[in-house]
Amino acid sequence: MAKRDKPLVRPMSPHLGIYRWQYTNTLSILHRATGVALTAGTPLLVYWLVAAASGAEEYAQAQELLSNGLLQVALVGWVFSFCYHFCNGIRHLVWDTGRGFDLKVARASGYAAVGIALLLTAIVFFVFWVRAGGAA
Amino acid sequence: MSLRSPLGKVLGLGAAKEGAGHWWSQRLTAVALALLGVWFIASLASLGSFDYSAVTAWIARPWNAALLSIFVAVMSYHSHLGVQVVIEDYVHGAAKTISIVLSNFFHVLVGVLGVVAVLRIAFGGAA
Repeated sequence: MAKRDKPLVRPMSPHLGIYRWQYTNTLSILHRATGVALTAGTPLLVYWLVAAASGAEEYAQAQELLSNGLLQVALVGWVFSFCYHFCNGIRHLVWDTGRGFDLKVARASGYAAVGIALLLTAIVFFVFWVRAGGAA
Repeated sequence: MSLRSPLGKVLGLGAAKEGAGHWWSQRLTAVALALLGVWFIASLASLGSFDYSAVTAWIARPWNAALLSIFVAVMSYHSHLGVQVVIEDYVHGAAKTISIVLSNFFHVLVGVLGVVAVLRIAFGGAA
């Protein structure tokens, strides 16, 4: 390749270091983060299924392990991750049809995704933890 | 100067013909998971109790066993597709290849293990 004596002066796409923060950036990376969190949580779901397939004793052991305080907090985080990834995923699917790209609409749908995700998390928390008195 | 046509040069290279496959699979599995996820959470909620007998009896029903198997399998596939993109964005060189291979192993294991567990309950192998 030929050596350049002066730097390229092409326009550069959003340079993250100097790009003004907007909450939609955070929503975008949160989609990825919750996706990775969900991936990290799948072994837990599979562990629960394997325990149920292994017998009553193993299942009781798994239930006890899962009722551990730290894991319960992780489980609530996992529920939120699911709800957010679900809501924001629908937002992405709508975008894939070419709709919803207007600045106003995209920002409003971002608020909606977070709001509905929090609401769904609260509902799931109420149904599984408050009403049933501690779940899975 | 080569006498090969430009078309001849690019055929079989790069993302030709298959570039949209990953993208499309991710969307399709996303739609399936949205439906299955709602079904799964609603089912667990209506189960009421997480007793061993209640849970295994619920899983053992044919429809539940089928949908739960599909749920676990599609979940691990969708997860595989997503994690692959994340790795490709942040990891480079040999580490990228190794990470993707490990991710593939992980996801196949998780998917197969989940399906085997569900089928074992469904076919009464669990004692």
